[in-house]
Amino acid sequence: MSQYQVDDRGYYGPFGGAYVPEMLYPNVEELQNEYQNIIQDPSFREDFVKLLKDYVGRPSPLYLANRLSEKYGARIFLKREDLNHTGAHKINNTIGQILLAERLGKKRIIAETGAGQHGVATATVCALKGLECVVYMGEIDIERQAPNVARMKMMGATVVPATSGSKTLKDATNEALRDWINNPVDTHYIIGSVVGPHPYPDMVARFQSIISEETRKQLVEQTGSSHADHVIACVGGGSNAAGMFYHFLDDEAVNLIAVEAAGHGVNSGESAATTALGREGVLHGSRSILMQTEDGQVIEPYSISAGLDYPGIGPQHAWLFKSGRGTFVSATDDEAMQAGLLLTKLEGIIPAIESAHALAHLEKMTFKGDETVVICLSGRGDKDLDNYMKYFGF
Amino acid sequence: MRTLDHTRKIVQGERLLSIYYTAGYPTLESTLNIAATLEKSGADFLEIGIPYSDPVADGPVIQESSQKALRNGMSLKVLFEQLKPLREQVQIPVFLMGYFNTILQYGVEKFCADCQAVGVDGAIIPDLPLYEYEEMYQPIFEKYGISNVFLVTPQTSDERIRKIDALSTSFIYLLSSNATTGKQLQVEDRSEAYFARIKNMGLSSPIVIGFGISNRETHQKATNYANGAIVGTAFVRVLGKENVAAADISEFIASFK
Ligand SMILES: Cc1ncc(COP(=O)(O)O)c(C=O)c1O
Repeated sequence: MSQYQVDDRGYYGPFGGAYVPEMLYPNVEELQNEYQNIIQDPSFREDFVKLLKDYVGRPSPLYLANRLSEKYGARIFLKREDLNHTGAHKINNTIGQILLAERLGKKRIIAETGAGQHGVATATVCALKGLECVVYMGEIDIERQAPNVARMKMMGATVVPATSGSKTLKDATNEALRDWINNPVDTHYIIGSVVGPHPYPDMVARFQSIISEETRKQLVEQTGSSHADHVIACVGGGSNAAGMFYHFLDDEAVNLIAVEAAGHGVNSGESAATTALGREGVLHGSRSILMQTEDGQVIEPYSISAGLDYPGIGPQHAWLFKSGRGTFVSATDDEAMQAGLLLTKLEGIIPAIESAHALAHLEKMTFKGDETVVICLSGRGDKDLDNYMKYFGF
Repeated sequence: MRTLDHTRKIVQGERLLSIYYTAGYPTLESTLNIAATLEKSGADFLEIGIPYSDPVADGPVIQESSQKALRNGMSLKVLFEQLKPLREQVQIPVFLMGYFNTILQYGVEKFCADCQAVGVDGAIIPDLPLYEYEEMYQPIFEKYGISNVFLVTPQTSDERIRKIDALSTSFIYLLSSNATTGKQLQVEDRSEAYFARIKNMGLSSPIVIGFGISNRETHQKATNYANGAIVGTAFVRVLGKENVAAADISEFIASFK
């Protein structure tokens, strides 16, 4: 067993576990007992792979970005999760979890969402399977992300405003957990990232691991080797990064770079750079690294990218950070916006602002010779056009 | 020094009335006064809530009281400072109820030591699971004689309940239903059957029922099957009234008798 994967107690080093109130224990225990059997079952694999292929459009291309490579003096590949159905990597997870929910006999699906990408991906798979869908979304985010709210509603989901606390992603997650407490038997909670109580971080990482599984094959096809010198992904909760890193974790020659959102700057007071600003703590069911006050109250983070402003990171990432296996860096709003525009101009690809954070790190790297870099382009920028327009004044 | 045996004897009583309220609410300085008034009014033991930014097991009323308390400046540090004269004013058992992160940041050992120093009898930490408690924290709680109270829900298996019973040093907190705080208890056959099932298990720990107990009727129903019942949201609502006075508190407690 890899030292970077979850152990049989549900921990990654000191991080992880299942810090849930007793009311959620039976739900979480059911998942802990069943998830491995279910997802390793050949019929599950078959359904999962088929939907990823025919419905999501996988495998997603691994694209050698020539002009970007030329600019930075490295061989830069983009893993094109932006080309997935619904426009981001989030759907890999929701497809997996809806198949799991079906096998557990659940009739009702709940989810939290920040920008609405995971909410849309959840509403999509619920439409696909004809299951009831309730998505919790912060009241403030509902105002900011009207098109995604409309998408969810068109697909038949009920979007419930989270009006507690700071009225954003963390509060939407609280509301989803409260719903689950009140509906323990018929409901499955589809968490949108590698966060939450064990087994969610591992389960979501496994569903997202298709990203690196394909990447290594595609690298062989295109370069003759499955090796990459640097693998880069942005981190909100960390699901696209977990999927992008998964099959590279034990290959210590590969530099794994996780890019957090620094907002207006790491020390500006308006940031979401969790590893730079956080300490060990417990939130949403797991022990990890968390932005919090001295008293342990959770701090509301800030980033221009709604998908990255989460005050924690998944427990596996906390372990990659603490053990030194991962390199954790950050990019500011400005750096990300410029990187997004650059990719658009050089390659004709408008990235999600989340993904633009990963691209922004290229500016800070120096390459010797012919190094291979893979960047997870976790989503497309359609949802962010408003933001791009406002920022650049187009 | 207070001993757990003494506490346990008290919670072994009949038709006990326990009250939950949030520290630092409605005002920062109200915590200790409320405790003293509750004791005078006839409450049998208390749970004082440690406010937290993300209270997932709580409904809107207790969430709001937590937010207000945090804005008022409440923290564990402030609370222990306020509770220094606790045992000069209050003799009934007092438990602190809070989410694990605030206690983890304060330091679990320091938390237990300070509980012992001010005379707090135990802690109720809904999101500290049994497994983690046993693996990491039980020796610390034992060292300072602080009781850790576990929750049991309608979905908790008998096997797990027996394990909880064995680990419990004061009482078992039986949730009336699978719900967040503030839902009115539906006194229906289903919950009575569940209460009866637990009662008939012959557990060695006293049982106290909480969540959804809001008035005399629900309190009586619950205490037909348990040693006591805990009122939270309904009391926090009283505290939320404008210019709440000691008389409002005694009147509320009297309405249960
Ligand atoms: C395109 C995109 N990338 C990244 C993220 C961040 O999530 P995670 O860190 O789980 O990949 C989001 C979240 O909404 C997203 O929409």
